[in-house]
Amino acid sequence: MLHALAFYVFSAVLLLSALMVVAARNPVHAVLFLILCFFNAAGLFLLMGAEFLAMILVIVYVGAVAVLFLFVVMMLNIDFRELRRGFMKYLPIGGAVGLVLLTELIVAVSGWVMDPQAMVAPGVEVDNTRAIGRLLYTDYFYPFQVSGLILLVAMIGAITLTLRHKPDARRQRSSDQLDRKISDVIDVRKVESGKGVL
Amino acid sequence: MTIGLGHFLTVAAILFTIGVLGIFINRKNVIVILMSIELMLLAVNINFVAFSVYQHNLIGQIFAMIVLTVAAAEAAIGLAILVVYFRNRSSIAVEDINLMKG
Repeated sequence: MLHALAFYVFSAVLLLSALMVVAARNPVHAVLFLILCFFNAAGLFLLMGAEFLAMILVIVYVGAVAVLFLFVVMMLNIDFRELRRGFMKYLPIGGAVGLVLLTELIVAVSGWVMDPQAMVAPGVEVDNTRAIGRLLYTDYFYPFQVSGLILLVAMIGAITLTLRHKPDARRQRSSDQLDRKISDVIDVRKVESGKGVL
Repeated sequence: MTIGLGHFLTVAAILFTIGVLGIFINRKNVIVILMSIELMLLAVNINFVAFSVYQHNLIGQIFAMIVLTVAAAEAAIGLAILVVYFRNRSSIAVEDINLMKG
């Protein structure tokens, strides 16, 4: 009973905040609703018994992705009223496509039964995180490494895209500093009394 | 009443539809389009985890983690492109991005 109640609360808040993400006037509010959305999805994951993924969702999505969105929205000085023109114009066709898609998905979900052959017999009871770790570091080690590589490529791409070299910036060049000789810098002259150097 | 696989699949279907709707109605705003893509990926992840739990098969959760990785990488690259575009044009209107006439 409590399980069902928690499911309905989590999914109602999830879907409402998802609607607010696409319909909010202010993009900062949209990002905040996105964060709420991710938290409730993590709650759904917890209800299903996937604790590790729920925590990963909170850490990766809320801690990294949503904060990144928030930074970009607040950094760029954008006139969002300009961008919202045509909101009503696209609403009918968007609603029609959404309705068709939703009907198809609901029909597919409701008219479908799981083949009992597809079920794997439940193995030894072991907690979710330990089970994922055992699988991830043995059978799925190469996909795991490849996902690390994807993150590396994304990091290098984001840095090279946004890095700017200012031409007038004064930088320290240690090779030039080490190349300096005493003769380049100090000039010893004999100064006669009563006269200047020049 | 008991909560089964169908309940989770229905929530994921509605969430995916909201993501598609967001792409349609925010045609000009790239930031909201990126957020809609994140919503769609979240719906896909809910499907993966639901099937994985109800079939007692952990592979779905491992695939959901890889989807999560790709989503994070995609958000980072997309926002970087957005920042570079904003520096050049001081606007992020998608309709202006037609210089290559593709």
